[in-house]
Amino acid sequence: MSNFSSLLVNSYNECPEKTAITVLLSGKTDQPVTYRQLIEGAAAWDQALTRSGILPGEVVVLIQQHSLELIFAYWGIVLHGSIPSIMPFLTEKLLPERYRADLSALVGITRPEAIITYREFEPEVRAALGEGSSVRRILVSDEVQPAEKFDPNSFGGLQRKNDDIVLLQHSSGTTGLQKGVALSHQAVINQLNTYANTLKLNEQDVIVSWLPLYHDMGLIAGFLMPVLLRVPLVLLSPFEWVRAPYKLMQAVTHYRGTLSWLPNFAYNFCAQKIRDRDLEGVDLSSWRAVSNCSEPMRYESQQAFVKRFAANGLNPAAMCTCYAMAENVFAVTEGGIDGLVAVDEIDRESMQVERKAVPAQPNRPTIRMLSAGQPLTNTRVRVLDENHRELPDRMVGELALHSDCMLSEYYHRPDATEKAFHEGWYMTGDFGYKADGQVYVAGRKKELIIVGGKNVYPMDLEELAMEVPGVHAGRVVAFGLFNETAGTEDVVIVAEVDTQNETQREQISDAIRQTVTRGSAVALRYVHLVDKKWLIKTSSGKNARLANKEKFLKEIGQG
Amino acid sequence: MSEDLIKQLASHIAAEVLHQPNRVLAPDQPLLSSGIVDSFSLVDLAMYIEDTFGVHLDDSELNKETFDTLAQLASLIASRQA
Repeated sequence: MSNFSSLLVNSYNECPEKTAITVLLSGKTDQPVTYRQLIEGAAAWDQALTRSGILPGEVVVLIQQHSLELIFAYWGIVLHGSIPSIMPFLTEKLLPERYRADLSALVGITRPEAIITYREFEPEVRAALGEGSSVRRILVSDEVQPAEKFDPNSFGGLQRKNDDIVLLQHSSGTTGLQKGVALSHQAVINQLNTYANTLKLNEQDVIVSWLPLYHDMGLIAGFLMPVLLRVPLVLLSPFEWVRAPYKLMQAVTHYRGTLSWLPNFAYNFCAQKIRDRDLEGVDLSSWRAVSNCSEPMRYESQQAFVKRFAANGLNPAAMCTCYAMAENVFAVTEGGIDGLVAVDEIDRESMQVERKAVPAQPNRPTIRMLSAGQPLTNTRVRVLDENHRELPDRMVGELALHSDCMLSEYYHRPDATEKAFHEGWYMTGDFGYKADGQVYVAGRKKELIIVGGKNVYPMDLEELAMEVPGVHAGRVVAFGLFNETAGTEDVVIVAEVDTQNETQREQISDAIRQTVTRGSAVALRYVHLVDKKWLIKTSSGKNARLANKEKFLKEIGQG
Repeated sequence: MSEDLIKQLASHIAAEVLHQPNRVLAPDQPLLSSGIVDSFSLVDLAMYIEDTFGVHLDDSELNKETFDTLAQLASLIASRQA
């Protein structure tokens, strides 16, 4: 049986001069990294971890900018046999003290033994670690010396067993950082092999990605799969892509990219925010699968993308869909690899009122549902009612899944792990239905906002807003509102305030914006201040987010 | 001239980025570092500036080191129009 280290060492032995990754960073020439260079770079970190007394099976948190160092350090931890977990680094808009709180939240639950970071950030990391922290060692990138002579067949990682945990995957915010998805070698390798078959990966494939590596889509599809399965990877920076989305198109053109994964908003973003002059010479005809993944997939978004880039050779059949989650390593379904993604045109009212996907009727409003595709061959998907009974086709219920690539646990969270499963099936918290073997995702049971592909827990945003003077505990609600133009959710905060004074209200509104944005790196689109007793509460006194969202929509005239 | 520029930029940001058309933004108020203008809005802002003032901002300039306030942005635009 292979594990991460043996796969990498095999590549080093069999094709050392093959380019594994080409790193594209603004202002630098493209940096190809061969398997030999990858192992050498990683070996330096393996040796540094050994010198630091970090053992196989211990957790190492990585906080580094999108860089070659991050890549080497990640594989160094793997080869060492330790467990890597990437945490987003501090962006300029995030308040350092808030970042420290997030880091403490992660460290408190995950209890890592080491943290790897960069020089300028080391004081922040130290400040976040209290007395008696589990972290024995902080390693800084520029202290690491080039690897001394090493034997590629003696890395500690080669001894890791199939069911040992290979990595942890966190989503963002205090809530997400306290729920690390723990995945085994076997689970990830099962996912990669099955997904490779689904995608029909072949010798001609080149994966182009700008996705961050702290997110499952970027980590699995845009990093681990290509490196472990020897598919050349062209890696751009998410920081640069958001300021220059055309760089993705130019990279696909230059490297003849065949596969990419994008969150839904990126289809709109690319379609709207690239100048014609930046598309001169762009040829996207090599793209054979561009998978829409990690937030609700919209037919309109893909159509806008197809229309915008048709003149650049984009094949409409390259549009794919993918329903994925870290708890299944990554993909649950994939659609559109053979032919076009199925579109199910259904009756709008039946869907909204009865939660039934009734095929479109003449002269009645419809919704076009984009299929998420079929389950991977190793994954079964069921649609369950509230009593966990399986529902027939076209009835909406909670999606549950079972596969050979599920999470081992939420790390150090037996409570959360137990809650997530029902009789061995992982309860996704997503609603959906099945029709003709296709899976359609339709809304969420779990309280989660997905903005720009990033999962955000509303309670984290509400907590932040409550810190603002003039806003009271329990009198704030946060929710997502789908924005057709952007192709993603806008984040809304509604807060009750006492004052009627306009100037004071504006100050409070500003303060909420700043506190939430700087505390979560999520930009608020609407801050709506209301009078006392406006918010609807449930009988238990809990925040009824959905009811308040509907009330908000009515009030702004969109309900 | 600079005041008009600031006013025009401020009303664009208030309406398009913040969805608060009546919102007043001070010329020296930090926009990027405070998170008022998030990274997803930066390309938009650059496109608006090019279409409205005929001044090109390179994507490498879309950061708080190049401009963080309306006043800084306006003087950057004015210097390139000159």
